[in-house]
Amino acid sequence: MIPSCIRNVAAQSSRRNMASFFFSKKSNYATEASFETKPYRLHKLNHGPSTQVTVTRDDAIELFKKLHTIRRIETAAGNLYKEKIIRGFCHLYSGQEACAVGMKAAMRPQDAVITAYRAHGWTYLMGIEPFGVFAELTGRQGGNAKGKGGSMHMYAKNFYGGNGIVGAQVPLGVGIAFAQKYINNGGVCLALYGDGAANQGQVFEVYNMAKLWDVPCIFVCENNGYGMGTSVERAAASTDYYTRGDYVPGIWIDGMDVLAVREATKFAIEHCTSGKGPIIMETMTYRYSGHSMSDPGTSYRTREEVQEVRQTRDPLTSFKERILNANLVTADEIKTIEGEIRKSVDDAVKAAKNDKEIPLSELTADIYTTCLENEIRNTTPFNPLSHARLGPAVNA
Amino acid sequence: MLSKLRTRLRSAGKKLLLSRNSNQRKHVRSAHFTYFPSERPNTIGETQKLNMYQAINHALTLALENDPRSVIFGEDVAFGGVFRCTMDLKKRFGANRVFNTPLCEQGIAGFGIGLANVGISAIAEIQFADYIFPAFDQLVNEAAKVRYRSGGTFDCGKLTVRAPCGAVGHGGLYHSQSPEAYFAHTPGLKIVVPRGAMHAKGLLLSCIDEPDPCIIFEPKILYRTAVDEVPLAHYKIEIGKAEVVRKGNTVTLVGWGTQVHVLLEVADLVQEKLNVSCEVIDLISILPWDAELVCKSARKTGRVIIAHEAPMTNGFGAEIAATVQAECFLYLEAPVQRVTGWDCPFPHIFEQFYLPDKWRCFAAVRDILKY
Repeated sequence: MIPSCIRNVAAQSSRRNMASFFFSKKSNYATEASFETKPYRLHKLNHGPSTQVTVTRDDAIELFKKLHTIRRIETAAGNLYKEKIIRGFCHLYSGQEACAVGMKAAMRPQDAVITAYRAHGWTYLMGIEPFGVFAELTGRQGGNAKGKGGSMHMYAKNFYGGNGIVGAQVPLGVGIAFAQKYINNGGVCLALYGDGAANQGQVFEVYNMAKLWDVPCIFVCENNGYGMGTSVERAAASTDYYTRGDYVPGIWIDGMDVLAVREATKFAIEHCTSGKGPIIMETMTYRYSGHSMSDPGTSYRTREEVQEVRQTRDPLTSFKERILNANLVTADEIKTIEGEIRKSVDDAVKAAKNDKEIPLSELTADIYTTCLENEIRNTTPFNPLSHARLGPAVNA
Repeated sequence: MLSKLRTRLRSAGKKLLLSRNSNQRKHVRSAHFTYFPSERPNTIGETQKLNMYQAINHALTLALENDPRSVIFGEDVAFGGVFRCTMDLKKRFGANRVFNTPLCEQGIAGFGIGLANVGISAIAEIQFADYIFPAFDQLVNEAAKVRYRSGGTFDCGKLTVRAPCGAVGHGGLYHSQSPEAYFAHTPGLKIVVPRGAMHAKGLLLSCIDEPDPCIIFEPKILYRTAVDEVPLAHYKIEIGKAEVVRKGNTVTLVGWGTQVHVLLEVADLVQEKLNVSCEVIDLISILPWDAELVCKSARKTGRVIIAHEAPMTNGFGAEIAATVQAECFLYLEAPVQRVTGWDCPFPHIFEQFYLPDKWRCFAAVRDILKY
């Protein structure tokens, strides 16, 4: 049952810490440490990112905070769903945190990102406080889309959502990247999709367009092993997603290693901005929850498989161990950070629960810039609801 | 009495709004309608109490049993599908006949058309009707036109597409839409919408046998809530025929799918509060639709209200309204009315205000009587 690729990864999951610490004179902890990543796999590239990655103490703490916050947000979201305070569709990112955190750490201010429906973590990383995420999930006015989008539809500056239709966001990402090239802001766009969406025809259409016009787009296939309930081997003729762009170069990355993802993303940005056009990154990862809240996630894989990944490959635990072993942080510091994050996320949940819902007038708000008739048709054309425009969009 | 009711109606919305802001708000899942089971059909034979997904499962089992040249495919159908309609079919008929596809709706539709061209019964599932749009080109340009453009050499009659549609209480933008009107604009397709378990089985078996490509939109909220006495044998419900679900003589109410149950409740409410009888018609088949039956009722009552969940502009109600006014102009006591979803995206948290629920339909009956 276990997809063979996962088994392979699990088999090589022992990580070597390279002992190149620089002890600071004042304190007992290291200010910087290097680690060896799992080897990347390359497609149509002469050289890849460095497998030797270095992280400073400050960066390590920052990365850990982000990883941990996303995990807490998702756990809280799962609980809110079980309490029926979050309604509708809800897809959790637990297990995949290192992908988003690693990419964000390499992104520059002008870079953009667009993803599918597993969007809570990205929303937080792109600058929305956990309160904004929870308020959106619970349909309250403090939500970052005013509670009108819900779980799959969250946005922020340079973050083009949260998209509900499998694969539909990938062509958008290429458009965003083309715009960046056109306005010459030096930015790239990361267009994320899963191993399931990788089989959608429109993804192949835009591989072609992106390469044809050398668009600075980084296609990111987050391969968590399952497209809904179907494992990659059952859904894809080739599970080497990093090679599936044919003429688009690609890199395979251990998506459970936040530093490897960061390093590879830096490499990919460099590739795109040097005028070589698009690149594909496949981040090998895993999701602990089911596809969505209605999927218990155990009918197509064993509990043991999930447990094994949790114990041997968890992106949080492994990173924590690494930075502890490298003496970048102390166990006490980690404990303090975890406590602070727990409290701030719990507070955000409370605040979201107490937030108000938006007024009914917003039902017909923001459908058009200006409605030709200033009104939205009601049961009869002569009994309309007034249309409202609440404010300019981020890109206005 | 009417004015009293009007205030009650007005304050109902207000109360609902206020209650949503109070801290004691309970998070209870409640449907916007009450299910009216279909009457036990007259066909002889054993029946069993089944909900709609079980009835669909029965129909699919029969189809696979009766025709060895039939296959079922779609996203996750081998595991039973997200709505459990294909439960245990793979176990029983094997992975060659019941199989998962990748997540690629255009591919699913195109693949099904190819199968059907060769004469294999292709029963495809699009996981949600909202995901059908990548397949729109294949269904509209390929499936619908194969017979015509090949001069009758090939057809696509063996294709049946199942797609769960409609409001479900919390589906939001991409799990709630009712796209029947988009497809109704396409000569060559057939489109049906069942209102419960009994109809789902009969219509699905009709679609599978029908020599034209069919789309069956299954209102997803009915999968579990709609429980009927369903005949165990193979039976069909004719495509293109509507059904008078409740006889009446003053107002004709036309709907399909879940909305039929809303309209039945409205008919009761109107009888009780206004002492007026409504005739409720389940259109059942969107393309072709039973203009004859609707117009016959319109001539009798002189008043027609059409209700559907999809937005009003260019919704299928528009087609019915246009036909009724053309065919029954001199019989009408009032203009045909439509009660529909607003012309806005299907809202996430405002679903209950978006839907043409019984209060909005009741108000329309009241207005049409006063005209």
